[in-house]
Amino acid sequence: MGDAEIIPIGTRGKPGRGTGSVKPSSSARSLATRTAKKPVARSGDVPEGTSERPVERPEERRGDVAGARMPEPRQPAVEPPAPTPTEPPTTRDHRHPTPGIPAVDWMAGFTNAAVEVFGDNWEPRLAAFLAFLRRRLTGDYTVDEYGFDAEITQRFFMTAIRPVAEKWFRIEVRGTENIPADGGALVVSNHSGTIPIDGLMTMVTVHDHAHRFLRPLGADLVFRLPVVSEIARKGGVTLACNEDAERMLRGGEIVGVWPEGFKGIGKPYSERYKLQRFGRGGFVSAAIRTGVPIIPTSVVGAEEIYPLVGNIPSLARLLGIPYIPITPFFPLLGPLGLVPLPSKWIIEFGEPIRTDVYDAGAAEDPMLVFNVTDQVRETIQQTLYSLLIQRQSVFG
Amino acid sequence: MGRVVLVTGVARDLGRRFARQLAAAPGVDRVIGVDISPPRGDLGAVSFARADIRNPVIAKVIMREQVDTVVHMSVLPPASAGGRVTAKELNVIGTMQLLAACQQSPDLEHFVLKSSTAVYGSSSRDPAMFSEDMDARRIGAVGFVKDLNEVEAYVRGFARRRPDVRVTTLRTASALGPGLSTPLTAYFKLPVIPTVLGFDPRMQFLNDTDLIDAVEHATLRDVAGTFNVAGDGVMMLSQAVRRLGRPALPMPGFAVATFGQAMRQARLADFSREQVAFLTFGRGVETTRMREVLGFHPSRTTEQAFEEFAASVQPGVVSERRVRAAETMLLGALGGGRERTAELTAAGTARPAEGVRHDG
Repeated sequence: MGDAEIIPIGTRGKPGRGTGSVKPSSSARSLATRTAKKPVARSGDVPEGTSERPVERPEERRGDVAGARMPEPRQPAVEPPAPTPTEPPTTRDHRHPTPGIPAVDWMAGFTNAAVEVFGDNWEPRLAAFLAFLRRRLTGDYTVDEYGFDAEITQRFFMTAIRPVAEKWFRIEVRGTENIPADGGALVVSNHSGTIPIDGLMTMVTVHDHAHRFLRPLGADLVFRLPVVSEIARKGGVTLACNEDAERMLRGGEIVGVWPEGFKGIGKPYSERYKLQRFGRGGFVSAAIRTGVPIIPTSVVGAEEIYPLVGNIPSLARLLGIPYIPITPFFPLLGPLGLVPLPSKWIIEFGEPIRTDVYDAGAAEDPMLVFNVTDQVRETIQQTLYSLLIQRQSVFG
Repeated sequence: MGRVVLVTGVARDLGRRFARQLAAAPGVDRVIGVDISPPRGDLGAVSFARADIRNPVIAKVIMREQVDTVVHMSVLPPASAGGRVTAKELNVIGTMQLLAACQQSPDLEHFVLKSSTAVYGSSSRDPAMFSEDMDARRIGAVGFVKDLNEVEAYVRGFARRRPDVRVTTLRTASALGPGLSTPLTAYFKLPVIPTVLGFDPRMQFLNDTDLIDAVEHATLRDVAGTFNVAGDGVMMLSQAVRRLGRPALPMPGFAVATFGQAMRQARLADFSREQVAFLTFGRGVETTRMREVLGFHPSRTTEQAFEEFAASVQPGVVSERRVRAAETMLLGALGGGRERTAELTAAGTARPAEGVRHDG
């Protein structure tokens, strides 16, 4: 220890560094000046033998208070305290970092950050990103007649949903070869999970595996809600009505429909995986009129994300929404209860049911429409049962 | 012998320009312009009759001049007509009187009504695209939507009573043009554009010269029926606001309505209930019948019509020039030389290769 440099602590720097406020604390004031009011000696409070006040130099307590604050074995007690009364106490201004960093360092920092974010080939990529920002800011993009914004859907919505699909729900996808590579098709799926997350997951699955955009049909509630309506239109949703469905199918889109609607999504947990009534079969007549195949799609796992155990019908009626969900965690845990449970999902796209074999007038034949509706419903129900048997556990 | 055409609503810019253009068209002998107030601009070869269509005088004009074609262009939204009560009076009662006069006239052969796509209203239950055989979705339409529906119903009644008269109804989308002054252009000229929070309506526009051409087309061609007339494609309101370079001010729907009251009293812009509904839910109309049956093709798409209008107004604080300047500055600061920056900007502007094929 003899050769070690002894760094004095607490005697050289300006006092009052503790809080950084303009007005130093009372203890700092007492350290700064000799004229400051001496702290009342409370010998009873300070037990003899603490490290702060070494027992071998008790006389210092009466004299140089500043010097006595820290143990300074090599320092003579007569050393004057560093600060002078004229110097202002330390304030926040003294700590501001910017004046000390030259512009070149800022530039280098930004460049490094750009390399970190965009990789080695960062210049063109950053340029492309800025051009994208500029196009968005100046409105230089196009939407289709439904308000679908392919650019923002692909670059933003899909990117945001994908990690949830892959990491949180660990979706296993089967039967993607049943989705046609081009032309119209109608994806008909079961609906569950209190919040239509299964719709979002089917969208991202079709996008990533079949490389096409799924265009969902949504209830009119979707278009009545602020924010939801805006995002839905941009994401490619349109109103679930015959006119829009047929128009989209004629335009060669893959259209997604959840015929159970609110009956399916808002059913209690005890009725999980039991398909509800499939609407009035409007989706079948739309498919028959346009001659596109129906792809029965079964989603397993969505039932468990928010197990619906209760409902507040009176409040729901008041707000004009179909139900107010009560799950084991919501509203008990507040916003935390909105985190979906990480169940294991399986999405299976079934073998397409052809509708181009029927003639044009078939869509007007209610019995035929009911039969096809039942066929689609039964296919999905059977697939659900077999998938449930294959699934090892809910969270497996 | 050429045709004698009576045009109502020539005091307004669109009516006046249409009447002038029609007067110069081949096969048209005379054009008589009718309105309550004298037109603001030059009527050219059009003879002007100051008459109220709610007055039996109009019947005398039709009889005496042996009018064979009536073009009814004075069905106006409340903001242009000067108040809700006046608008209803002029639109509904005026049309009734005009049709009564027409029914008496033995010379009449053609009747053209310039209606508006506002007849479909705007609601959350709307299909993406309205075709001509659909009705407004919200039951119990009010205001201008109700007026328009009543006017069209009277015109359909007239067509039943006079099957020898060819009746054509044009439902035109919102007109935009450099010199045009409508409630919508006044809205887009506000320095900060109020929008409805959480909604982004789809809109269709029609260039003003296209609108005049469409009415002329319908007047001169022998095609009966109801047709939607709009430019191709749709635009989102947010997109339109950004292309104007103006900041948007999103506020809840009820606040827009309250704010609209103040604006209306200050005579700055129209925020009637149907206008707020339009700014919330938007509207799109199907124009296949316009192309295939009417045979009319607008010269400009919705986007081009808007571009032309945007070029005529002062750009806002976030203009494209400024955004480009900021982009160039940022790239220049990071990337070095000017040539490099230009090259990079060009490379960035070329849209990235579509990873996903999108049909339609």
